[in-house]
Amino acid sequence: MSHTDYGETEAVFTPRPDLPPPASTVGLVGWVRSNLVPDWFNGAMTVLAIIALFMVIPPIINWTLLDAHFVGDSRKACKPNVQIIRDKVTTQGTMPDGSTIEVQATADRIVIPEGVTPNVRWERKMVEGVVRAKGREYAKVVVEKDVVIEGACWVFVGIRFDQFIYGFYPREERWRPTAVIGIGLLMIIYALTDGLPHRGRVAMFLLIPFPVIAFFMFSGGVFGMPHVDNAKWGGLVLTIIISSVAITGALPIGISLALGRRSQMPIIRWFCVLVIEFFRSVPMITILFMALVVLPLFLPAGTSFDQLLRVLIGVTLFVAAYTAEVVRGGLQALPKGQYEAANALGLGYWKMMRLIILPQALRIMIPAIVSLFIGIFKDTTLVQIVGLNDLLTMVQLAVTDAQWIGLSKEGYFFCGFVFFIFCFSMSRYSMYLERKLHTGH
Amino acid sequence: MAVAEGGVKPGKASLLYDARVRAIIYQVVMAGAVVFFFAWLTVNTIDNLEKRGIASGFEFLNHPAGFGVPFSLIEYTEASPYRTVFILGVLNTLFVSAVGIVLATLLGFTLGVMRLSKNFLISRIAAVYLETFRNIPLLLQILFWYIGVLQLMPQQRSSIIFFENVFINNRGIFYPAMQAESGFMAVPIAFVIGILATIVLAKWVKRRREKTGQGFPTIWAGLGLIFGLPILAALVTGLPWTWSLPRLQGFGFKGGSVIIPEFLALLLALTIYTAAFIGEIVRAGIQAVSHGQTEAAHALGIKPSTTLRLVIIPQAMRIIIPPLISQYLNLVKNSSLAPAIGYPEMTQVWAGTVLNQSGQALECMAMVMGTYCLISLSISGVMNWYNSRVALVGR
Repeated sequence: MSHTDYGETEAVFTPRPDLPPPASTVGLVGWVRSNLVPDWFNGAMTVLAIIALFMVIPPIINWTLLDAHFVGDSRKACKPNVQIIRDKVTTQGTMPDGSTIEVQATADRIVIPEGVTPNVRWERKMVEGVVRAKGREYAKVVVEKDVVIEGACWVFVGIRFDQFIYGFYPREERWRPTAVIGIGLLMIIYALTDGLPHRGRVAMFLLIPFPVIAFFMFSGGVFGMPHVDNAKWGGLVLTIIISSVAITGALPIGISLALGRRSQMPIIRWFCVLVIEFFRSVPMITILFMALVVLPLFLPAGTSFDQLLRVLIGVTLFVAAYTAEVVRGGLQALPKGQYEAANALGLGYWKMMRLIILPQALRIMIPAIVSLFIGIFKDTTLVQIVGLNDLLTMVQLAVTDAQWIGLSKEGYFFCGFVFFIFCFSMSRYSMYLERKLHTGH
Repeated sequence: MAVAEGGVKPGKASLLYDARVRAIIYQVVMAGAVVFFFAWLTVNTIDNLEKRGIASGFEFLNHPAGFGVPFSLIEYTEASPYRTVFILGVLNTLFVSAVGIVLATLLGFTLGVMRLSKNFLISRIAAVYLETFRNIPLLLQILFWYIGVLQLMPQQRSSIIFFENVFINNRGIFYPAMQAESGFMAVPIAFVIGILATIVLAKWVKRRREKTGQGFPTIWAGLGLIFGLPILAALVTGLPWTWSLPRLQGFGFKGGSVIIPEFLALLLALTIYTAAFIGEIVRAGIQAVSHGQTEAAHALGIKPSTTLRLVIIPQAMRIIIPPLISQYLNLVKNSSLAPAIGYPEMTQVWAGTVLNQSGQALECMAMVMGTYCLISLSISGVMNWYNSRVALVGR
């Protein structure tokens, strides 16, 4: 092996350290360049967006927070802030002899040159004042008028807050709904948290005995709790009651309908298809009207049952049809091998469903059921049309109260905020679940 | 293990354990229960109707309605029979739904594309919009627009005026109306001819492209035909219309046309609410098209705008259309929230006013629900037809 000597010291490859990335692609500058102004079109859009935000956000913040009224106990606390802009205005006019006069005006005083005696009409709040002499107009002065700065009157929401939440539920009994909803919520969180023992049992407790206990807590008449007629239930509590009852009742009915729809037996299949498609193709409000005006006709004469129960039946059936479609989706998503394996093990239909299919299908359906629940939660507002006092109805009643008239924006804003908080957090949870379930791919 | 010679004869089990026999028994029981249930309902209903002295039947459709309606697409007076009211209600439902669907689609697609924009601000703004309006009940939004915004507009005397002839106040938007004169029919006829010509042109362009590979600006030519021909027709016939301008006279506006606030509130709320859902659907649809498609198109040398139009969107549409149609269906069904503000659509006039006036609860509800079923079935029919057309053909 010959060694060629080039007469130079052996070159050793020593890599130089990497150059840092161009300053324009990293850090704040890089972020702005790639996210806000990658090209002229996006730059223009960014400018437009910033202008739009400046037009929308400051007024909203001013109204809801900076100019808003938070403390007080009556309408009087919400007097709008009045700001008078006492700008000094100077204008010029021409006199009959052709000379020019100068007129100075502020919001409460007008100054004219000596020797001129015009009859000046002037009101303090006037936008415009005119200097006249002998029927001729010599000069016009304009002073800006009072500016009324309106802020939200949260005092109103504060005073009505209890009613928005509890409706007309008696004040000293309000711990009952609070306790039921609080405990229910804790149990739901427990049942949905991974890795806790007996989650299934808690879920079963929630679905079967809990609604009964909750009913007696709300209604009273047992264990020395005074009876509270359900006409007095209302507000956010009623919204939660209706939507929870609907989803709890809809689950078993919906599962049965979905199983029926996938059944091999034609009569059962067609019956289920008809029921599901009927309820899915009409608006919920028509179901509520049915429950209100037609249901009494369908039942034996003399049977009367109360408004809330009728609405609950209508809403539950309506939701059941949608639940059935969600369940069908879950059943279809299971690989066929699961059914075949269950059959191969010699399990009958009900055992196969109970032990193999439904536990898997229900698990993958949870995100869809949460979305469904969000829909019901929002749709519960429709019960105001049949005369129940849910959250939105309570807000409506409050804003039409003569003492607080004209505060509808505050009421609707609060109501929208409450719904947003509930629905947004549930939809985030549903998205989180979806991501978690998709890791298998 | 000993096996009996000649195979095992199945033991004579009770017929009850035969799956087929069981299926028949289940179904007979089910059918019996359903028939019994409906028979029970019918008997109760007949009994109840007799006790209340209500004559069932559709006789009442011919009786005069006797109430006024603030908004109608057809000729209607208080003397018109109930059946006219029903048609009026159905048309109003379809009208607000159709306008709402068009606007919600436009707004929704814009939002969906904005949500995917690389521009941070634009994408954030779209996200805030989608999350906010999806999570607030529609009824609340309708009431907000009606009570919180439109009813707080100025009185008629101090209307907000645009272009001297458009007046906005708490009674609605008053705008100039076109009144046709003789020869006006030429314009709609030209419009129809324009549409037909565009269809023919599109077919010709497609055939030519398949044969020669040459392109053609079909969209611009089509737009030119559809809008150019009517304009030409109008110019040739000498602008055959006059304008009726709204003017304040006495206590109200005379002349022109008006968009009532009830319609506007319902339309705004339906559009804004549904657009939020459509935006999510569009975003998900475009994101579902694999990035490899874009890269492959770029590798073929197709420029970005053409890639979007010919590669991404057609594939995204296949995912977008089914949920989009079900949003349209929701919009139609949601238009039934009108009773809250009094826009005279089907539910408001028929399940509300007429039902209370005539007392024919069963007939009224059956008609309303039947119509909704019919609308829903037609829309899902369209969806199934489209699905079968665009479904991937397995080779």
